[in-house]
Amino acid sequence: MRMMSRRISLYLLTAVVAITVNFFIPRLMPGNPALAVLGRVQAQESPQAIAALEVQYGVQTKTGLWGQYIHYWAQLLHGNLGTSLNSYPASVDSLIRAALPWTIGLVGIATVISFVLGTLLGVAAAWRRGSWLDGLLPAMTFFQAAPYFFVAILAVALFSTKLGWFPPNSGYDTTTLNPGFNWPFISNVIDHAMLPAVTIVVASIAGWIIGMRNMMITTMDEDYVLLAQAKGLPSHRVVSYAARNALLPSVAGFSLAIGFIVSGALLTEIVFSYPGVGYLLFTAIGSDDYPLLQGIFLIITLAVLLANLAADFVYAFLDPRTRQEA
Amino acid sequence: MRRLLRSPKVVIGLCLSGVFGLLAIIGPLLAPYNPNTSVSTTVSIAQPPSAAHLLGTTQVQQDVLSQLLVGGRSTILVALVAGAAPTVLAVLFGVTAGYFGSWGDDLLSMLANIFLVLPALPLLIVIFGFLGKGANPNDALIGVIIAITGWAFGARQMRVQTLSMRSRDFVDSARIIGEKSWRIMTFEILPNLIPVVATSFLFTVIYGVGTYTALSFLGVISTSHWSWGTMLYWAQSAQAAQQVHLEWWWFVPPGLAVGLFGTGLALLNFGIDEYVNPRLRGSREGGLSGRRARQAGLPRRPQLGLTPVVRAGG
Repeated sequence: MRMMSRRISLYLLTAVVAITVNFFIPRLMPGNPALAVLGRVQAQESPQAIAALEVQYGVQTKTGLWGQYIHYWAQLLHGNLGTSLNSYPASVDSLIRAALPWTIGLVGIATVISFVLGTLLGVAAAWRRGSWLDGLLPAMTFFQAAPYFFVAILAVALFSTKLGWFPPNSGYDTTTLNPGFNWPFISNVIDHAMLPAVTIVVASIAGWIIGMRNMMITTMDEDYVLLAQAKGLPSHRVVSYAARNALLPSVAGFSLAIGFIVSGALLTEIVFSYPGVGYLLFTAIGSDDYPLLQGIFLIITLAVLLANLAADFVYAFLDPRTRQEA
Repeated sequence: MRRLLRSPKVVIGLCLSGVFGLLAIIGPLLAPYNPNTSVSTTVSIAQPPSAAHLLGTTQVQQDVLSQLLVGGRSTILVALVAGAAPTVLAVLFGVTAGYFGSWGDDLLSMLANIFLVLPALPLLIVIFGFLGKGANPNDALIGVIIAITGWAFGARQMRVQTLSMRSRDFVDSARIIGEKSWRIMTFEILPNLIPVVATSFLFTVIYGVGTYTALSFLGVISTSHWSWGTMLYWAQSAQAAQQVHLEWWWFVPPGLAVGLFGTGLALLNFGIDEYVNPRLRGSREGGLSGRRARQAGLPRRPQLGLTPVVRAGG
């Protein structure tokens, strides 16, 4: 399990770096932005909000930088991410906690669908090289190159505004329904999540297809695949042998992709006014809510690291070589 | 080089990115109106395309075509800086780290791994958030800041490739006849890395376009600084896609421009990949049309594990 412990220490280190960067950005920017922020919000915010901000950014304290840093860590380890400026006195972590389930539900399900479907299509494209699936590659490249939120805007324009098949915004019908564990609410949530989820799948699937296709083509030249074919095994068995081995780089590449997908999905939420972390981020930018902005950055980073860790466990499960190594 | 130009992917990719490159240079000169000026104060809904405004107007009666032309320069400039700066650094650090190994290599790998798993967009949002939404941001500076998050992928690739080169015979023999290390790196190893450098540059430019567009769409960079992302920001905040009379002329052109520019670069990238590894080609590409292939008696679907070849000029 040397590989796993190495990966875990990498993620811990990354988390420390992210937290440290998050601490230093407001303090190291030219012209002390913490003061600039304070100056800008002084007119609109209550004295309590200003005082909370001063503590968080170390303005008017006699503690040195190191002391502030230790204090910052102590706050974080108590789960205290500061106080939101825009919706004072709500704490940043309560705001994020309310938004997080929406994002995890939407992005998690869409990413899994995209990965599974994309990998299967990639296998098919490699097996039937030169078929109509190859003709789709340029179109898929476009959807990959176009920003997620543009795909989302197109989806809203076509399927909600023009055709009226799906609701254009929000996570559920807020005017008639109350959140609860009942069928009308759940079906309404699914109805609202459908279009954002399809958008994320369409925008992210091309990477999996192309990666899997290229890896599959390389794998199909291996001797063991030729042998399996020569033995007269049915072709679906041969494909599954090749696909299992070609899958490894795709799983390993998950860590590269997940950051992109999460960022793209957050932007998709904005287009749909989906009540998740992405929309919260957008409102935080619009209202200069710096503590909320920084809190969201930390939470997203931790979520991405956890997703990476999960992908590593899957990798170790799929590839016995990583387990033997120790 | 000629073989590279025969691939339709490379040709289409070159054309697309060439057109956008040209637009970045001359676009602002072609713009028929000032992108900030409202051409009418009496109308308050976005006007569809007409002879006077080829791509229509925004809700406040600004000319969409002019915004597209002016915004293209900023978008492409930022993307090029965000692609070029990290590629140069990736070559410098990746090759030396891969060649010399030891603690410098360990440090670089660790830094690269950290930056690869750190989600880039939220980090950039925090950085730009604190930089403030200054009225007229510097495009080159935006590019450099985006580059902070975009170098790791290229550096890691460069390092891996150099590692695999380091123990090849031709590098060993260069070392034995006493060539200096910098000479081995620049004249023996680097020429072999050119395809990797090219794909890594293109990949990072695509990343730069997407990231810059996303940041300006979010409004974290001044919303009065015209780029394709800013256009999408204003279209979204006016709910152009939700209006009953769909204002498609407002949000389709900038999104399409970002997508097509990215597609052009990605096609170039695939072309180079296929040039390096010919097996990745579809069976009908690489000079043989479907008819020629049938005449030559090739099966429609190539046999597993074989790449069909036709003797030329027979």
